[in-house]
Amino acid sequence: MIAQLVQLFRYRLLIQTLVSRELKARYRGSVLGFLWSFVNPLLMLLTYALVFTYVMRTGKGSATPYWLFLFVGILPWTWFNAAVVEASGVLMSSGGLIKKVLFPAEVLPVVTVMANMVHFSLGLPILLFFLILQGKLTLTALLLPLPIIVQFIFTLGLALFVSALTVHFRDVQDILNHVVHLWFWASPVIYVYGEQNVQLRIALRFNPLTHIMLSYQQILFWGKFDHWRGLALTAILGLIGVAIGAFVFDRLRDTLAEEV
Amino acid sequence: MSSDPAVVVKDVTKIYRRFQHQHQFRTLKSALLTGSLLSDLRPEETFTAVEGVSFEVPHGVTYGVIGENGSGKSTLLKLLAGITKPTRGLLQVNGRISALIELGAGFHPEISGRENVAINGIMLGLSRRQVNERFEEIVEFAELKDFIDAPVKTYSSGMYMRLGFAVAVHVDPDVLLIDEVLAVGDEAFSRKCLDKIGEFRRRGKTIFLVTHSLGLAEKMCDEVLWMRHGKMADSGDPKRVIDHYLTYVAGGEDAMFAREHGQGADGAAEGEVPHTTETTRHIYTEGRWGGGEVEIQKVRLLDDRDEERHVFVPGERLTVELEVEATKGITDFVFGIGLFTADGVSVYGTNTHIEDFASRRLQGPATIRCEIENIRLVEGTYLLDVAVHQRDGTPYDYHRGLYSFRIKSRIKDVGVYRPEHRWSFAGGARLIAPEPRPELDLHDDELASERG
Repeated sequence: MIAQLVQLFRYRLLIQTLVSRELKARYRGSVLGFLWSFVNPLLMLLTYALVFTYVMRTGKGSATPYWLFLFVGILPWTWFNAAVVEASGVLMSSGGLIKKVLFPAEVLPVVTVMANMVHFSLGLPILLFFLILQGKLTLTALLLPLPIIVQFIFTLGLALFVSALTVHFRDVQDILNHVVHLWFWASPVIYVYGEQNVQLRIALRFNPLTHIMLSYQQILFWGKFDHWRGLALTAILGLIGVAIGAFVFDRLRDTLAEEV
Repeated sequence: MSSDPAVVVKDVTKIYRRFQHQHQFRTLKSALLTGSLLSDLRPEETFTAVEGVSFEVPHGVTYGVIGENGSGKSTLLKLLAGITKPTRGLLQVNGRISALIELGAGFHPEISGRENVAINGIMLGLSRRQVNERFEEIVEFAELKDFIDAPVKTYSSGMYMRLGFAVAVHVDPDVLLIDEVLAVGDEAFSRKCLDKIGEFRRRGKTIFLVTHSLGLAEKMCDEVLWMRHGKMADSGDPKRVIDHYLTYVAGGEDAMFAREHGQGADGAAEGEVPHTTETTRHIYTEGRWGGGEVEIQKVRLLDDRDEERHVFVPGERLTVELEVEATKGITDFVFGIGLFTADGVSVYGTNTHIEDFASRRLQGPATIRCEIENIRLVEGTYLLDVAVHQRDGTPYDYHRGLYSFRIKSRIKDVGVYRPEHRWSFAGGARLIAPEPRPELDLHDDELASERG
């Protein structure tokens, strides 16, 4: 596994180029171009603000303003969601590369995760701006890189796993959509962790994303971070996940060019 | 440059697994439910694409691979490129590889040619600086100066491939793998590609060329490998291997022609010809008509050993042999033959009447032979008419285009007829004559089948 990480490091230029290609290609031909990376989260944020301020006044719960709380979770969630779903199809959509060029296939899911991370980080300034505006931001926000790193590791492992598996079982792609959807509701993104009964909370704790989301919310929204243990455990779990993902990917690698 | 060979292939076998046909429709869920995941992953049958291939390519050698479709050439190339792994055996390539398997495979249609060149270069192993250094040269070579900032999706397929080729050759590989991609763009550009490959040769790079163009293989390669059904059929000196291959192909075509055309009239004679009554036999089927008093029962094309063949080379003797049978004795009869190109142009026609033979009597079975001492035709497929008719043209049995044969030649001259000719040059014209070599020897069939 160490060897594989070294390999990935060797491909850093390739990864970097492909990520920037991905970003360039995505907004190519649109008038706003790269600005969409900012406009998209902004519009989303405004929609939530509108809905939850004027339409659905959620009186319950301590998270106010709720739309801002929601956004703190939605932004990283979008990264996770898009990365995993895109990763499941990335080997097929780049089949030409794998079949016709000597190309390190593992680079592709890595690029997917990274490209979506860039989108995420482009949304961050918008989020931070509104957090400041609402007086929510404290020095704790300096810890923000921690959950980002953990989320990256966790997402990467999953992306490696599903990308290779989908080549052999195309239906992983369809199943995945539903799994991720379910996962969304099983993670404290739109609700506040801690406001459920004990059993439910214990159940939620088995979800790695609970700890990641909770960390984001504590760091950015609540301004007080004490979820060290949960986040550290998730980090370890994420590393194990990367090891498993890399292992599965490696086992299936030789058949990729034939099955894609 | 090290003394190690550039490419070492040792007893390499590649077996593709073929899954049962439901494979595509099988779902993970069903696999899990029935617990058949593992058994489903076991291949139903296997397909051996390459078997027991061993060879070495020294540095600086241009190595060609020829063979029919499906003979494992491309698999071999993919193995060398590292795209697929051998099932068994050892593969070793020393030095940086650039594979021209599909040109522009990594291009993204939405972004500009400029950015694609950069990305493609990096994919092929260049550093960013190297890409920048070579950028102008690449664009120059691809002749795309005016279009380099347009998205690649707006390129014509020729432009696309030109850019792909340009990037691939500017990677400056030690070993260049080429798969039949030289049919790139127009005449001028494909010549440029060939020049570039020639330049690689001069600079002592190793080239591995998979091609259908025997002319190219013979011109460019130092050594040629002939693959047949995934195995090595022959390898070594290009001329010898290519001749061997052509002989084999001709033999195969011979068999094919025999199946498709050769026995056509025979079948008609035995099955389809309506034998109405003993006395007034009347023949009329497509491509065959006549009164039926004389019947052409068998037509054979023979070579100079009187063996039946359907593929000939220019300069050979070709004998048309007719076996006829006359039901009653007749005195007015003419035998004729006619040669046509596949698109119906008459090449030559003659008969015994034109040549002033006087017919005396024909009864019972008879054999008629017309020997063409030297069949001076250019390469192509030819149709043969044979007929027995009366002097006034009333047919007894006329076979139109029921037989065909093929002329194969290494010289790709055009037209129909190859008059015997000789070139000579005087004054300021200096040309180097080709090395004298015989046309193919089609008698080597036994040799070819022995080696297989």
